[in-house]
Amino acid sequence: MKKLLLLPLLILTFSTSAIDIHEFETEEQRLDYQQLTEELRCLVCQNQNIADSDAGLAKDLRNEVAKLIKQGQNQIQITDYMVQRYGEFVTYSPPVGTHTIVLWVMPLLVFLIAAFVLIRGIKRNSAQANHSEDDS
Amino acid sequence: MNKTVIKALIPLLIFLSLVILLYSGLGKDTRLLPSALIDKPIPEFNVPSLLTGKRIDNETLKGQMYLLNVWASWCPNCRIEHPIVTEFVRQNIIPVYGLNYKDEPADANAWLNQFGNPYKDILVDIDGLVGIDFGVYGAPETFLIDAQGIIRHKIVGELNPYNIQNEILPLIKKYK
Repeated sequence: MKKLLLLPLLILTFSTSAIDIHEFETEEQRLDYQQLTEELRCLVCQNQNIADSDAGLAKDLRNEVAKLIKQGQNQIQITDYMVQRYGEFVTYSPPVGTHTIVLWVMPLLVFLIAAFVLIRGIKRNSAQANHSEDDS
Repeated sequence: MNKTVIKALIPLLIFLSLVILLYSGLGKDTRLLPSALIDKPIPEFNVPSLLTGKRIDNETLKGQMYLLNVWASWCPNCRIEHPIVTEFVRQNIIPVYGLNYKDEPADANAWLNQFGNPYKDILVDIDGLVGIDFGVYGAPETFLIDAQGIIRHKIVGELNPYNIQNEILPLIKKYK
């Protein structure tokens, strides 16, 4: 019975992402549309992309993306179009530049430091282990 | 300093750099985005006027410095802003044009009848496409545009005595 009561909650989760229908001529265009709307940020609700958002502006931007795809523009052109109007903040994959280099390099740097510390630790441990084996 | 002291200080250093990082982010309003269009010419448009029905395009407004105020009858903060816009226009510094953003013309006209019309002219943007070209992401927003049609400043949210005094007026002086 309790489980039955929880059922409506499951149904509600389906309605969270925004749905509107755009017909594309090719599968490639449909994929472009899907990728672009997932990579463009909704500026009103900043932690959502425009594919997921129900905000009015997100819907307008989805329509705009669909229109530009149908005009034959590629992903780079459409991303540029959005960046020109809304700034780099609008894209979830910011371009590599002097102002974003920290963002791109930091994960690698942290990984390398962590790997260095880890390897040094392992080496020291095994050296100690060898040492104590020699002792016995 | 010997090695153990240095080692003991490492966690403290990491902690301090985190404190600096997080502290610098405190109090920042992340909803305020800088406009990508500052110091760029206004986008091309050609829309009807709400007041006269005549077409207005980006060339029509050239030759004067003006404010372009994005508003709509459905926007509660535009109502709050309205007396401030009216007062600004009364001072006769530069004209204010309206961009009626994603609104029904009938609703917009009713709004103007109720509160009064401070705008010299009003651009109609029913589907929000002019708004997209201007990088508008909500209403109200206000652009300062110089006589050459270059966007010099953008205020996100309402105009208020504070941002008029400290942002708008100094920039009007600078670019006039």
